[in-house]
Amino acid sequence: MAERMGFFTDTSVCIGCKACEVACKEWNDVPDDGFVFRATSYDNTGGLGADTWRHVAFIEQPRRGPEEPGGREGSKGPPGPEGAEGQGVEGWLMSSDVCKHCTHAACLDVCPTGALFRTEFGTVVVQEDVCNGCGYCVPACPYGVIDRRERDGRAFKCTMCYDRQLGGLEPACAKACPTDSIQFGPLEELRARAQERVERLRGEGRPQARLYGADPDDGVGGDGAFFLLLDEPEVYGLPPDPVVTTRDLPAMWRWAAGAALCLVGATALSFLGRGGNR
Amino acid sequence: MAECHPVGFQWVVEARERGAKVFHIDPRFTRTSALVDRHLPIRAGSDIVLLGALINHVLTDGLDFREYVLAYTNASTIVSEHFRDTEDLDGLFSGFDPETARYDPSSWSYEGAGQEAAAGVRAEQLEGGARHAEAAGAEQYGSGGAAMSARPPTDPTLRHPRCVYQILKRHFARYTPETVEEVCGISREAFAELAEAITANSGRERTTAWAYAVGWTQHTVGAQYIRTASILQLLLGNIGRPGGGILALRGHASIQGSTDIPTLFNILPGYLPMPHAHLHETLDDYLAHAGPDTGFWGRKRSYMVSLLKAWWGESATEDNDFCFGHLPRLTGDHSHYTTVMEQIAGTVKGYFVMGENPAVGSSGGRAQRFGLANLDWLVVRDLTLVETATFWKDGPELATGEMRTEDIATEVFFLPAASHVEKEGTFTNTQRLLQWRHKALDPPGDCRSDLSFSYHLGKRIRQRLSGDEIDRPLRELTWDYPEEGERAEPSAEAVLREINGVGPDGRALSAYTELQPDGSTRCGCWIYCGVYAGEVNQAARRTPGREQNWVAPEWGWAWPANRRTLYNRASADPEGRPWSERKAYVWWDAGRGEWTGYDVPDFEPRKPPDYLPPDGALAEEALAGTDPFIMQADGKGWLFAPAGLADGPLPAHYEPHESPLPNALYGRRANPARRTYHSPHTPYNPPESPRFPYVLTTYRLTEHHTAGGMSRPLAYLAELQPELFCEVSPQLAAEVGLENGGWATIVTSRTVIEARVLVTGRVTPLRVQGRTIHQVGLPYHWAWGGGGLVTGDVVNDLLPVVLDPNVYIQEGKAATCDLRPGRRPAGRALLDLIREYHDG
Repeated sequence: MAERMGFFTDTSVCIGCKACEVACKEWNDVPDDGFVFRATSYDNTGGLGADTWRHVAFIEQPRRGPEEPGGREGSKGPPGPEGAEGQGVEGWLMSSDVCKHCTHAACLDVCPTGALFRTEFGTVVVQEDVCNGCGYCVPACPYGVIDRRERDGRAFKCTMCYDRQLGGLEPACAKACPTDSIQFGPLEELRARAQERVERLRGEGRPQARLYGADPDDGVGGDGAFFLLLDEPEVYGLPPDPVVTTRDLPAMWRWAAGAALCLVGATALSFLGRGGNR
Repeated sequence: MAECHPVGFQWVVEARERGAKVFHIDPRFTRTSALVDRHLPIRAGSDIVLLGALINHVLTDGLDFREYVLAYTNASTIVSEHFRDTEDLDGLFSGFDPETARYDPSSWSYEGAGQEAAAGVRAEQLEGGARHAEAAGAEQYGSGGAAMSARPPTDPTLRHPRCVYQILKRHFARYTPETVEEVCGISREAFAELAEAITANSGRERTTAWAYAVGWTQHTVGAQYIRTASILQLLLGNIGRPGGGILALRGHASIQGSTDIPTLFNILPGYLPMPHAHLHETLDDYLAHAGPDTGFWGRKRSYMVSLLKAWWGESATEDNDFCFGHLPRLTGDHSHYTTVMEQIAGTVKGYFVMGENPAVGSSGGRAQRFGLANLDWLVVRDLTLVETATFWKDGPELATGEMRTEDIATEVFFLPAASHVEKEGTFTNTQRLLQWRHKALDPPGDCRSDLSFSYHLGKRIRQRLSGDEIDRPLRELTWDYPEEGERAEPSAEAVLREINGVGPDGRALSAYTELQPDGSTRCGCWIYCGVYAGEVNQAARRTPGREQNWVAPEWGWAWPANRRTLYNRASADPEGRPWSERKAYVWWDAGRGEWTGYDVPDFEPRKPPDYLPPDGALAEEALAGTDPFIMQADGKGWLFAPAGLADGPLPAHYEPHESPLPNALYGRRANPARRTYHSPHTPYNPPESPRFPYVLTTYRLTEHHTAGGMSRPLAYLAELQPELFCEVSPQLAAEVGLENGGWATIVTSRTVIEARVLVTGRVTPLRVQGRTIHQVGLPYHWAWGGGGLVTGDVVNDLLPVVLDPNVYIQEGKAATCDLRPGRRPAGRALLDLIREYHDG
């Protein structure tokens, strides 16, 4: 197996241009996701899905007074417009979300056809020609990433441009990103770089800076695509403590087996008991 | 910049990572604001007050880079005793004629230059200023005389009351932090932070750069916005030095190129002025009025004769004035909006529209469509059937009953165009960088490049010429480019080589200094001379950064002469030494007796710093070894512009033509020289009108391109911003009764449109002159058709047709409007609503 490859998405330099969304669709021939004005800042694609494999979230942070809980008095982050308290915004967070390519990927665990597989780059990919559209993977994903395409039935998600990687190219989104907010490379290297980056930002007075998905000991064994965030994960619509949904399966099977044995035993006892009465 | 130039913005992000402090001044909080140190929301149309207060801060506290200012600017030059400032005349400069609303600029000249200073002056021709003014009827610019003195009287102590420095001090004294707060809505604390940052970051060791786009230019005082920034940057010593300058973020895909090799009515390639009928009968007449004789502009005969030789070849001889008579002539203002008015009046009968969509993209689109509907013929070339080609069957005037298809006699020819990947040629990018594009694939079907269209149209016209004298200019034109492939595509490289020019031996020239006035050289655009040096397409160079120095001279080719920073002689001190090691860029090597450095020196390579011009010297020989601004008649950076501008030698704050406020600085409300049209098709909102209480500003989004012709038909872009919306603050939404995600109706005297509502804290109300001013932001990418997957009302239809008097750019960034909840009426009811506002 080749070196495990990954994405490091550094949201502190994301300018929300959505070039990643467009480049992804161009390369992977992903259909449009509908033309819906959502009135949620500049986000009109809503979230990751079968037809959106990169999604840029836009979070307008309301201005808070320094005495208010959560006030960012310690932050040198982008200050918002001048004006009275309660006016304007403190900042505008942008973040390009993507499939996390988990170390322990539940989608892969539950796939009955083997359509989902782990590539030689350590990424998780759906094989379109094998997927039967059962949809088990959809509720299995702790991040709500993988999704079935309505008019097609099959499941789709980011492949980390498996085909481009096979050709020695970086994924389309990383290639198109003008500010290197999306970085692609060997996962270990990216983790080290991200650690340096987050320390630097904190040193510059941005205590909210944190890594998300970079820890190999988290509930999914660490993400192949991890992030540098400037606020709580929930602010970006990310689960704070994701756990691989198949984590408890072995225990559940044990309980189920125990329960089954009990049932068999009780049934047998019941017959035995009847026999005794006779 | 992140919104509209995201690729270029990566360098701002990188600079910030390396410690640069970045400010963003914009009415709304944008994607740029999100990545900078400080966002200063400003009232649209008030930037001269902010910049003027920075100038005042520098002058009052003596923070200017005095050595630079004394040596390289006209600070010490003494101005005519006839000059009167806005301080003296309550908002007017001397020379204003209220009858014509034009200035006679002769009193602005340097002492002793008299009327002659009003002759066309190079700097303004470069920006198109003087020629525009002339075309508009300010004939004195072109006919006032020859060049101004290269050595005007000066007072190096800067104490003379009429020296430029003292005039500046008096003029900007009223631009204070308090007026910034009063007029712009920017607090004194925020202003102090900005002022401290830019002055601390200027001088020998450091430089500050300003970047702007149409947020500065689309105003009735647009050229003066840039002038204000120029004064500030000259005072701080930030011009001609690395990391300094004023960066115009021009439109994508060769907008810079379209002024260098112009698609403008008033200039020829290389900013040579377009000759004027009756005034410029001969080449000598023309050259006498085509700019100064000192500085590099003094070689104008070489530039012009070489251009005429490129166009008319062997037919152009000394005996026939090199076919100067073949050039078309101006008879007045032939600018975009005047052309439209003439269409409505019936004097303009035919129209070529190539890669533009004026029915949607121009201000006051209704007037545009009435113009189109009154033509005999219209040719539209574009990638898709844009609205300009279909207005006759689906324009908004059909819905209101103002037009009926059967009444429109315009014959429309639509010719599909090749896209940028389907043709080869150069883009000239915003920093004057020419980059060659290779063709990736053939255009589909009947689509052809603009080059192919123009060339083959020319060929067909030439086949129909008679032997008549009137056809001689076209008959004698050199029109013989090699054709390639079965589609007979003319060779773009051959065109680039013609633009570069050739010498007597037929070989490509290497620099504009090789051009001759005797007809022995040919050159299609003097500033591009050298792009094909050594018979190599220099624009196609792509040497990686790691294989060359940090200026990267082998990445593409920059005009002129591959210089990456203009006027870079100013990066060294008067003796020719770098101002500091940290900012070393170009310097004098005394041992070798030449200028050297990281960039190509923008100076004669062997002119020593101590060179003094002899009396009566001409062209570059008239400039001293300490004169970096080699295109200026006196070699100086102009803090005060003694000629060339149509609305004053110094910037002054005027309110936008449509403003909810009076002018807090002067008795004159708006720019007295602004251009307006008196036509029922171009109505204006009354100033300070309670019926139009809100400030309207327009802009672009990253996801779309201009009027949407290239982005609305593409699903991957259209889905990202699928509907027209207006951005309003929560306070304004509450005041008007707007709901996020609902609908709003926006009203001006021109029209009524509807848009979805985006309520956002990124737009804030401003406290200005004791009032709360609300600004409404509208991106302008939508229209009714154009093959668009997404459609919407036309924002530019709301805008007034009122222009900057120098360059005839419309005031698209600051107007007034009213806002109502809900959708707009349709059909006749829409006209009734406009009438209701009109009749009050």
